[in-house]
Formats: sequence, structure tokens, C-alpha cells
Amino acid sequence: MSDLNTKPNIDGVDDFYAELLAAHEGLSKEQSDGLNARLVLILANHIGERATLSQALAAAAQTKE
Amino acid sequence: MQDRYTLADKVYPYERSADQDQDAPVRHPVVVMGGGPVGIATALDLGQQGVPVVVLDDHEGIGMGSRAICFSKRCLEVADRYGAGKPMVDKGVVWNLGKVFHKDDKVFEFNLLPEEGHEYPAFINLQQPYFERFMIDRARELQAQGAPIQIRGKNRIDNVEVKDDHVVLDVMTPDGPYKLEAEWLIGCDGASSPLRTMLDLDFTGKVFQDSFLIADIKMKSGMEFPTERWFWFEPTHGSGASTLLHKQPDDVWRVDFQIGWDVDRKEEMKEENIRRRLDAFLGDEVEYDMVWSSIYTFQCKRMDSFRHGRVLFAGDAAHQVSPFGARGANSGMQDVDNLGWKLGMVLNGKAPESLIDTYNTERVHGADENILNSTRSTDFITPKSEMSKLLRDSVLELSENFEFARPMVNSGRLSVPCTYDGSSLNSADALNGPARTRPGSACPDAPLGDEFLLPKLSGKFTLLTIDADAPDSIEESGIEVTRLALSVKDDKTLALKDRYLGDCPSGVYLIRPDQHVAARRPSFDENQFRAAIRRATGQE
Repeated sequence: MSDLNTKPNIDGVDDFYAELLAAHEGLSKEQSDGLNARLVLILANHIGERATLSQALAAAAQTKE
Repeated sequence: MQDRYTLADKVYPYERSADQDQDAPVRHPVVVMGGGPVGIATALDLGQQGVPVVVLDDHEGIGMGSRAICFSKRCLEVADRYGAGKPMVDKGVVWNLGKVFHKDDKVFEFNLLPEEGHEYPAFINLQQPYFERFMIDRARELQAQGAPIQIRGKNRIDNVEVKDDHVVLDVMTPDGPYKLEAEWLIGCDGASSPLRTMLDLDFTGKVFQDSFLIADIKMKSGMEFPTERWFWFEPTHGSGASTLLHKQPDDVWRVDFQIGWDVDRKEEMKEENIRRRLDAFLGDEVEYDMVWSSIYTFQCKRMDSFRHGRVLFAGDAAHQVSPFGARGANSGMQDVDNLGWKLGMVLNGKAPESLIDTYNTERVHGADENILNSTRSTDFITPKSEMSKLLRDSVLELSENFEFARPMVNSGRLSVPCTYDGSSLNSADALNGPARTRPGSACPDAPLGDEFLLPKLSGKFTLLTIDADAPDSIEESGIEVTRLALSVKDDKTLALKDRYLGDCPSGVYLIRPDQHVAARRPSFDENQFRAAIRRATGQE
């Protein structure tokens, strides 16, 4: 089992972030939500590791307060 | 002739020039329009080369207001080439630490971690009038030594007529109009460039739907902030959607509030309203004087081309960026760095006029890099859609607990020197050396005992040899190249080796007068370097 990597891991992170924003550009909020949902599922499938996915879900669920 | 702005320092009062009493217009090799930092730097570059230069400014000195405050290492190195860098660092505030806050909680901090072995720091903060003053002082010093620099205050260019090999200028003065001719006219007349308007040239790009209120304040009591860059996203004091706090010399602090697009500028600029925002931010117990304030909007724009025949544009006149990242004045100085030697060589008949076209290609490359980075910062600081804001806020929230999100936080990607990858002046990289010194790169500094490398590479073509043989000088097509012979043993810290050789045992670099690498090879090969010299001067 591989642990969830929470260290910086994307080369050219500004390029990625810009591409992510560009993917949402011009979409309605509903379309954007759909895009995000599909993206989550695609990335989850790519990761594959069940335990890692559980850790990712737990990390994303942490919020302030 | 009414001033459009208040002067901080009347350093070049109007004086009648002999040119005004001639029957026919006098022709000068170079006329610079605008006596701001970029215009004066141009005069220093050309004046040091012995190329006559006349600066015309419609005012008589340095404008009031801190304006640009953040000057980068490369900018200071360029100023050092002009003999004006050291007083800037002596007066400026050196900083390395930054903190990022979200809704009042610190989410993380960063250190610029300046690399050792450089004469100049990564950044200094310095009010723009000081920056300008030190360069004008240097211009006066060069003039006293006989450098052909003229700065004419209250000389306003009202009309230009562009000919094939010169430009005719109509100049207005308090004594009335006169005509001048320039072989080359350089527009350094700022973001709203009147020259651009006279020539009806486009200036296109993005305007961001937000505005920022700058308040520079002098602390009297009640606050001890460290010398760090603090940036708040969505601070709960409510004085702005974001707030920046940064120290300047003379106990002055830059406060920058993001106040939104639909604001009543006149109302917001009233002192009581600015104080209300400041008090909410700083707390009522802090006492301060207001030094300067301004409201500005973001634009990321550039001209299609910085060359139009014998008219060239540099600095904000050619390109404009949002301020986060300190890429405005710093890129203007790099424009001058790039243009000065090329213009000098063309005027002295050492290079073809087409060399000037590479000023356009190389600096357009630089401008595009700056516009890309500052546009991204602006998109992060002022998200333009609901989803963009949700993603931004999620990055900030995650960055508190997860290290991966911190590099995604973008409150400004700070200016780094531009590498002219793909420039026609570069020769193919023939050394398996460090990427940071590949052809096109600005040479990184390195210590040489009590001295530094960069001052030895200034203003002329240099053949830098590190543990390699080569002749002491070579002349190719009228270009003199002098050798600087070094060994890795000259630098016990091994910075020279790390930055210029990597794992290679030796290296030979051809370095341009602006300290950018033109070619590099493991050893001296005469034919290859002669070709590289021709290439670097636009002769091949």
C-alpha cells in the first residue's frame, strides 16, 4: 500500500492550475460541477489503490472548524 | 506647459539648448522620449558607450510617489553595469521572508532562500524616486566625465514624422517650439505612452475587473512588523478582498487593498476613507502619517512589435503587467540592458541594422513571460468566476495542512531574469553543462575571492574560459572579444564550477555585453567561436 502523497508532486504547477481554470472557463456552475465530478472519478481510477483513495477522501473531508 | 503631476525632485529644470537657436533641425543619433527610470537607464547605457543621447521629458524631474518599490537582483545587476546599483542596495530594504494568510490565519510562510555567492540580493524594496535619483546622480557623474548625455526638462514631443532613416520631432518648450531629428527615437514614455498614440499603434491585452488602493504610510508608533512580505487573502478586517503589507526604507510601509471594480475613485481617495480602511486593518492604536496613495487597475498588455522602423519602445510604453510579481520596472530595465549594446553597435557600424530586430524578438519573449505569470497571479488573487474562486479558496484551505497545495498559492511569482531560449543570436549549446547557463541565459553571479564575476563581464563581448586555453583576444568582423581566464580554483565556494561547469572539467563561454550567454563549448574552437560572434551580432 502506498501512502497518500501530500508533498508537491506536479512539475510546472502553475501551468497545471492555469489549464484547470481554462477547462472551467465559460461553463455554468452546473457544468463546472459536472466537470469536477468527472475529473475526480478519472483521477481516482488512475490512482487505483483503494487505501490511498480512502486517505484522499479523508484528507479532502478535513475542513476548518 | 502645465505639469500633469507633482514633482518629488526638480532634478532637470528647463534650460534653453543651442539646438533651439539653429535654422535647420539638429540631428542626434538617439533621442529618448521620457526621463523615467527606463529613459534614464537608456541614457546611462548609451552614454557609457560614448554614444550621444538626448533625453526629452515633458516635466523637470522625478514624479512624486513611491510607485514601483520592489527591485530584483537582475534589475540591480543591470543598474550596477550603469554604475548606479550600489547606492540602491545601501538605501533599500533587503527582504527574504514572506507570509501568506487566509482569513487572518497564517497558512504558510516562504523564504526566497537567496543563493550564496551573489553580489546583489534577491530583492530590495526601495521607493521609485530613490531608484530614479540614483540613476540621475550617475548620469550627472558621467556627464562630468565627458559622457555625451543630455537631459532636457520641459521638452515635450508633440509630433513625430517617421522617415526611412530618421525621425523628425516637433518639440514644445517654455520658449516655444523647435524641431529636432533623431536617427533613432526610443519611446520610454510610460504605460499611457503619448508616442504610441501619435503613431496610432495598438496596445492590446486584458484589463482585469478589479481595483487596488495603495496607501504608503509612515509609522509613528504602535506597530512593529518585521521586514517581510505579508499577504492576506480575504482578511476579516474587511478593508479589502486581499491586503499586502511590505516594508520600504524610511519606516514607510506599502499597504495595498483590493477594493473591487465598482468603486467611486474620488470617494475612495479621500483621506478619511483611506484611514478608515487602514484603521480597520492595523487597529486604532497604531499611529501613522499618510505618505502617498493611489488607486490602480490591472492591465496585462503589450504592443505587437517594439520596433516600428526607427522608433523603438521600451518599458511600460511597450508592455504593461499587473504589479504582483514585481515585473514592471524590473522588465523595463532588462529592455534597456538588451537594447543598449545593440543600438551602440549598429550606430558604430559594427553590426547590421537587423540586429535591432532581435531586441524586439528577445524582449517580446520576456514580456510574454511576464504577462503570463502576472496574469496567472491576478487570476488567483481576483478569481473571475464562482468555480475559479472555489478552487482558489480550496487551495488556500488545503495549504494550511498539506504541503502540496502551497506551491499552488499564487500571490505573485517574483521576477526572475528572462532566458532568451530560441533567440537567433544564440549558438547551439555544445557544453553538457548546467541548464541555468545555457545559451540565452543571463549569467548568474559567482564570487571570485573578494570580488564578483559579473562586473568583469560588463559592456563588452567576453570570452570566459574556465580551465581552458584560448587567445587573450580575438577580433571577428570588427567585434573585439577579450578573454577572462578563470579556474575553478579561483572560487573556493565552488559556485563558479556549479553554475558554469557542472560535471564538465572545462568550459568556454561567449558572453554578450548584456551578460547573457551567446555560446558555450567544452574548449576553445576558433572557427566555432568566430561563427558564434558573427551570429551574436546579427551577422550570420
